[in-house]
Parts: sequence; structure tokens; C-alpha cells
Amino acid sequence: MSESITFRYEIPGDDFTRAGEASSDVKNKLKMMGVNNNVVRKVAIAMYEGEINMVIHADGGTITVDITDDNIRIVLADRGPGIADVEKAMEAGFSTAPENVRSLGFGAGMGLPNMKKYSDEMKIDTVLGVGTTVTMNIHM
Amino acid sequence: MNMYKFIRSVKLNEAACRGCFNCMKQCPTQAIRVHNGKAHIIDKFCIDCGRCVRYCPHHAKIPDYDSLDVLNNFKYTVALPAPSLYAQYNNLTSPDIVLNALLKLGFDDVFEVSAAAELVSEASRNYIKEHQDEAPFISTACPSIVRLVRVKFPALIPRLLPLKPPVEIAAEIARKRAVEKTGLDPSDIGIIFISPCPSKVSYAKAPLGIKKSDIDNVVAIKEVYPLLLPHMKQAEDIPLLSQSGRIGIGWGNRGGESAGIITDNYLAADGIVNVLRVLEGLEDEKIHGLKFVELNACSGGCVGGVLTVENPYVAESKTKKITRYLPVSQSHLESYPDLDLMWNGRIEYEPVFRLGSTFKESLHMMKTVESLTKELPGLDCGSCGAPTCQALAEDIVRGEASVTDCTYVFRDTINHLSGEIGNLAKTLQQQDSANHASPEVKNYIEQLMEELTELNKLV
Repeated sequence: MSESITFRYEIPGDDFTRAGEASSDVKNKLKMMGVNNNVVRKVAIAMYEGEINMVIHADGGTITVDITDDNIRIVLADRGPGIADVEKAMEAGFSTAPENVRSLGFGAGMGLPNMKKYSDEMKIDTVLGVGTTVTMNIHM
Repeated sequence: MNMYKFIRSVKLNEAACRGCFNCMKQCPTQAIRVHNGKAHIIDKFCIDCGRCVRYCPHHAKIPDYDSLDVLNNFKYTVALPAPSLYAQYNNLTSPDIVLNALLKLGFDDVFEVSAAAELVSEASRNYIKEHQDEAPFISTACPSIVRLVRVKFPALIPRLLPLKPPVEIAAEIARKRAVEKTGLDPSDIGIIFISPCPSKVSYAKAPLGIKKSDIDNVVAIKEVYPLLLPHMKQAEDIPLLSQSGRIGIGWGNRGGESAGIITDNYLAADGIVNVLRVLEGLEDEKIHGLKFVELNACSGGCVGGVLTVENPYVAESKTKKITRYLPVSQSHLESYPDLDLMWNGRIEYEPVFRLGSTFKESLHMMKTVESLTKELPGLDCGSCGAPTCQALAEDIVRGEASVTDCTYVFRDTINHLSGEIGNLAKTLQQQDSANHASPEVKNYIEQLMEELTELNKLV
């Protein structure tokens, strides 16, 4: 069994200005670990989008990043409202973001599409009124 | 060339350094450690930004540059004044006054970096137009920015604008012109840059993006500034030497290079901390829709360099006055048909912050860093000689520090130790009568107890 390392982050839901701190931290750690630049980039973008989503839609949550020899798994778990229509949410440009969020330049409807684009596998488990867990795998 | 790979131009005046943490806490790449009461720079982490020079209250950080005596090393010398030189003077009505004063000071000729800057602006416009799909491009005129990207932002290396900086173009043109004019061997001609910052000193010795620089020596604006004053007169009849317009001279200020790109889709950030934020944003693709990203390590742009005299914001205002009635641009590429402005070397990522030599090793080391960081108090006080607890943990993992360098861990260790010894002493006392413990051991333990109690008071 090869060694692995796990990073955990609590994402506060009420502070926009802090959104992106966790993905930035992971990015720097991956660089220090000598992970391939392209993989670092994919992780940074996919995780950042997920982190922002949590702040906008779900009042925060937790992110767990598991790194092994050949894979980086990012699990974003929230207790938000859930996603009513996952297929629709995956469409580029579809957004339910409120106006105050859009006015800050977020909510362009590219969050989930970008997460899918930059990860090698993505799974969404969502229950209305209970929460959403997005699992992304990025292979090395 | 390799010995110059991580060259830096900031040196330490050991006698003046008091081992305080000011420079260490301000260093944007965490390149400084304080050991044995002196601040040491880790060469490979340093990007030569000069911030430690700015923040050292004891003036122990000494930027390296050449003295004007270098004029004696050559048969013929050409001064390359930085655009920021003009902005140092009050009520300057024309760059020609400065240029003529440089000749009176002893230079045989002058070539303005601002004139070359206009050529770089034109080449940048062409390059960006031809490579629209790869935009945004990051400016490469500030050597510290290129060095920062090289060690921290590998994904952004392809975004670096692959053009020589204005000072390099100026040096090339100046040497060629001097050879044509004098018939001298190129090595007898001294190309001397009058610089606002020490980063260019390192650049001249070990340029990035090109193989060898044409700059022979770099002198400081702050040294040349007072020497020019007596030679400056507001005469009507001085020869007109300047070939720069608003674009070229504007390069000395934040936003000046962008003005030469002639686009609204640009961003101009100054000050190394702000620059870091922009680079992070670009790396994560959070910053969209730009053609050009101008980054200056110093606040205010080059006028804010540590080798300047004037306040950068005052200098910015002065630049506006000097350039008010100048044409937009006075130097054009069509006058230099043989000039090659493109880089002729590659920038390679230097993973200096990587923990181990393989991923496996680095992962293991990162685990240790994580657990060590949890053990440390998290105050980032700097007393251990590293800028943050995390940095200390990394140093420990790299084998360059020990956990007891942390004063808090050290204090707890002493505390714990004195408790242990105290218990041992008590036990011995109880056993004393029964077992007749050796008086030497007893005395030794008592002595240890006393020493530890003293030490405890100290820490």
C-alpha cells in the first residue's frame, strides 16, 4: 500500500472574500510535492469552482483532498439545498445564482461544466433539502 | 552560466544587521532566515525584488551596483538612462537637459532606454496581435517578475511576453552605434545602465530569456542623480538628443508599458504583494478577458525602485509634466530594420520550493510538514528564524532546522525536562536511606535541577 496524504478544509459559507483560499493552499502544496504542472492546474481550477459553488449555493461545507501515487480525489460535501436538475445544472451558462452574487462577477453558469472539464471523473450525489456531494478524480 | 543561475544583488552588511525579523517577515518568497543573529538570504528562493532593502530599519541590506569608476575601464562609454531618471528632477522641462548633463559628467554618448522602450512597445503590439489566442501576455521588463514566475508559476511561463526588455535593446543599439562611430573593438566600449533597481544588476550578469546581456555595468540612479545636478542648465541652445515620446518615458511608471500596448484590455499591477495576487488569479484562470498584464515588483513601477531618490508617486506626477508636450512616440521599428527584439533563450521552471527529489519522497515529507505544523504554536512569530511556523516545518523536513528552534517548543521541552528531573530527585530522596544512592548522582541531579530552574526563568 503506497503512502497517501489528506487535506481537509472547512469552507465558511458567509464570506465571499475568503472563497478560493482552500484551492490556493492545495495548489501550493501540490507544487511543493512536485506534482506535474498540468495536474496542478486542473486541480486548482476544478477545486476553485467547487469551492465558489459551495459559498454561493450551500452556505459552505467541507472539502477533502486525498492524494495517492496516481490520483487526486477531491470530495466537496455540503448541506445545501441540493440540485433539483443535475442535467440542467451541467449545461454551460445555466445559473441559479442570485443577483448579488452575479454582480460580483460570479454565477456565470460555468462552475459545474468547468469542474467536469478539468477533472477526469466527476460524480454528483445530491438530495433536495439535504445536500450535495461532488467527487472529482484527477489522475496523475 | 550555472553559477549565476540564482544570482542576487542584495548583500548583507553583517555589522549593521541586528537579526531582527523585519526583512524576513516582508520577503514575498520566504527567502530569508535569521540564524545566529544575522539575516541570511536563500539564493534559490530570492527573486531580487529589493523589498528587504526597503524594509530593513538598520540599512543592513545593501543593494549591489557598480561605482561610476567603471567609466575608466573602457575607451568609449555610452550611458543608458532609465526613464525613471528624468522623474527624479524638479521642474525638468526636457529630457535633453539630463542627456547633455550625462555627457558633461564623462560619458561619450547616451542612448535612452525610453527610446528603446518605444521599439519594445511596437514589437509588443505586433506580437500580441499575431498571437491573440495565447493572450493574456505577461510583461517581462521587470526581471524580478520573470524570476518569480520561473520559481512559482510554471503554468504561466508560456504567457511571458518573449521580448527583450528595453534596456537590452538600448544596449544592443548603443554598442552597434558606438562601434560604427569609433571603429573600436566592441569590448572597448562600455555600455552603462543608470538603473532604478538592483534587480537589473543581476539581470546584466545573468539575463533570463536571452543568452548574454549587452550591458557591461549597472550604476545607481541615486549615485548619478546628485552628480548631474551641477551640469544641468535650462539652456535653449543645448543639442537635442532625446528620441523618446510619451510612451517611452511613461514606461517608468506603473501603467506606462500598458499605455504603449494601446488596448483597454489590460491590467497593471505594482508592488510585489499585489503582483503575487494577480499571478495567482491568472494561474487559476480567475482573471479573464485580458490581452496584456503589466507587472512591476515595485510600488509605482520603476520609479519606485530602491535605487531611486524621489517618492514614486511624486515621480509619477513629474513624469506627466515632462511628457506633456512630447509626441506620443519618437522611435519606430522601421528605423532599425536589423533589430531582433525576440528572446533567444528559454525560461525553464525551477522547482526550488519542491520538498523532495521524487513525488513519493515529497509526499512523505509533506506529511511530516503537516504534522509538525500542527505541533508548532501557529503564531508565526519568527523567533525561530523562519518567517512562519509552516516555513519552519518545511526547513525541519529539509534538514535545515530543528523543532527546538521554536522558542515555545523549546520552553515546553525545558519545562517537561525539569519536571522529570524533579520527580527523579524526589524518588532518589525517598530511596536514599534505604538504598544509599550514590551522593555523586544525587548531587548531579540537584545541580541539573538548579540549572533547569534558571533556564526556565530565562525562557
